[in-house]
Amino acid sequence: MHQKTKHVREPLFHIVKRDAIPNWQSIMIRVIAVALALLVNGIVILAVTGENPINLYITMFDGAIGTSRRFWSLMQNIAILLCLSLAVTPAFSMRFWNIGAEGQALIGGFATAFMMIRFGESLPTAVLIPVLLIVSMLAGAIWGVIPAIFKALWNTNETLFTLMMNYIAIQLVSYFTYVFSVPKGSGQIGIINRSSRAGWLPIVNGNSYLVNILIVAVLTILVYIYLRFSKHGYEIEVVGQSEDTARYIGLDVRKVIIRTMLLSGAICGLAGFLLVSGTDHTITRDTVAGRGFTAIVVSWMAHFNPFYMILTSFLICFLEKGAVEIATVYGLNDSFSDIITGVIIFFIIGSEFFINYAVKRNHARGEVQA
Amino acid sequence: MIAGFIHRAVMQGIPLLFGSTGEILTEKSGNLNLGIPGIMYVGGISGVIGSFLYEQSVGPANIKYLPAILIPLICSLVGSALMGLIYCFLTVTLRANQNVTGLALTTFGVGFGNFFGGSLIKLSGNDVPSITLTATSNFFRRTLPFAGKLGWFGKIFLSYSFLAYIAIVIALLASYMLRRTRVGLNLRAVGESPATADAAGINVGQYKYVATIVGSMIAGLGGLYYVMDYASGIWSNDAFGDRGWLAIALVIFAVWRPDISIIGSILFGGLFIVHNYIPNIDVSTQELIKMSPYIVTIIVLVIVSMRKRRENMPPASLGLSYFREER
Repeated sequence: MHQKTKHVREPLFHIVKRDAIPNWQSIMIRVIAVALALLVNGIVILAVTGENPINLYITMFDGAIGTSRRFWSLMQNIAILLCLSLAVTPAFSMRFWNIGAEGQALIGGFATAFMMIRFGESLPTAVLIPVLLIVSMLAGAIWGVIPAIFKALWNTNETLFTLMMNYIAIQLVSYFTYVFSVPKGSGQIGIINRSSRAGWLPIVNGNSYLVNILIVAVLTILVYIYLRFSKHGYEIEVVGQSEDTARYIGLDVRKVIIRTMLLSGAICGLAGFLLVSGTDHTITRDTVAGRGFTAIVVSWMAHFNPFYMILTSFLICFLEKGAVEIATVYGLNDSFSDIITGVIIFFIIGSEFFINYAVKRNHARGEVQA
Repeated sequence: MIAGFIHRAVMQGIPLLFGSTGEILTEKSGNLNLGIPGIMYVGGISGVIGSFLYEQSVGPANIKYLPAILIPLICSLVGSALMGLIYCFLTVTLRANQNVTGLALTTFGVGFGNFFGGSLIKLSGNDVPSITLTATSNFFRRTLPFAGKLGWFGKIFLSYSFLAYIAIVIALLASYMLRRTRVGLNLRAVGESPATADAAGINVGQYKYVATIVGSMIAGLGGLYYVMDYASGIWSNDAFGDRGWLAIALVIFAVWRPDISIIGSILFGGLFIVHNYIPNIDVSTQELIKMSPYIVTIIVLVIVSMRKRRENMPPASLGLSYFREER
């Protein structure tokens, strides 16, 4: 009787969790990822347009920041995306997957539009704007807190719940765009208060976007302070790391979940306010245009750090504008930008792995025994 | 009229059924693939690209049955399998966050669909006004020859194209596989507790990869069915709409069971078109009715979470990446 030796093939590599790696290394890994992504994108663009990629990247720069108008429009886009990213961040930090920013912002925007239509003539703008601000944040907070309550009480899956809430918001806005449509039945509200400009955010220094940008800039600092230095921020952090630990140290986890989602929803509502009162002056079902989803990626890529989010939202908006410009110049479809940003995001998501884990070569153990 | 309503409801429901069956398989392995809407777009447009190039190369009048069916079918399967592969590589091998990866995949997929939908004609250098694949679509839409002669019975049960029946067969097979076979048991184990499955000698990564890629391919067929059958071979950008998200809603509605999903898909399809059958309804109310599938889904989600019956709950490890050494 001889012993049957089972031969197990050792894989060539194994993966180990890294300790914290120095900052410059993690930055390098990300830079390499973005560079690789740009290379892949260059190949894609080359295949589609047959043009020298360098020229195309110049076209992108031109499209994004070529003129002062384009520059400010880019800044405005960054502001909105950043605002939404800031909104989802507190929830993410406690591992509550709020993918309902789209709906929360849309409801906030709708509340703004509704108040502008309803009180545009009766209230002076100085009173109306604070009212709009409060109502929009309230609307967003309500939309956000509904899934949170169910999560807190019955542990209902929040990812799926918030996702569904988006489409309820979209259909609701769709319904009201027909109800308030001008002319009746057209399904479009059109520019609200075009002549009186009631409820529009003021134009400062000849620039209609400046107020938006300033509000979001202040918000960025506030969210940073809230998460980093406040007691609430600490509680969110603990719940995110481990709910059991949070309970052990005497935190009311339910309260933290509900409170954080009220905040998250309210900031989304604020983004809706900025979109309607500060930018579009109208509302459609596409007002938020998927930015609620993009914001999740932006926040995650920035490791939930508000200041890194400025960078990541800049990257996304810049690429989007640039790719749209390429599409226009070469007579292609606008959705080109989604492909370009998609590729970049894949690479950045993938690069996280190399920051958190190290791949090591296995030493051939089998040979020793032979 | 009722037969007509059911017929239309089923036509609306089939893409959702493909999508939800695919997503159920994926979620059973613990992967919450929010890229399904994008994957369904890619499944649709890949079929369109294949079919368009084929029609243009031989001329719409000369196309043959077999290649006209097989080329789009294979293109669609390959396209959506690649999307599934991207998702798996990022979430399983590189352990990226599933929600983020899925949403990025949806952005990418919808963009991919709309880009080629809008630019295919220019890119291929053909001189046609729009992507209209009527000839191919006619092959896809062939139904049983005697369906028309059997009155309401034929209309309700027999009047669909082969892809519709494939959807139902796949759903039944998936249901059987999950509940009655060893592979299904292993797959559920991977989704519930990957660490336990790993300890029992199940190759967790392999199960996740296979389930997600096969799931993506099934979901992609939903996109193909939509273009080739429902839309009569005419691709228009964004026409597919939010159906992908509706398919994810259907997964919850069906409490992760493909056989319930068959009924659910017809119900959702019916809710989608019911406004056409209510007399004197205004446009705004139609929009409210379109909200109903999502509300029903939330109600199911809440009830399931309140009752906490094990067999109806989402897979326990849904949305979490697995790393053996992190237990």
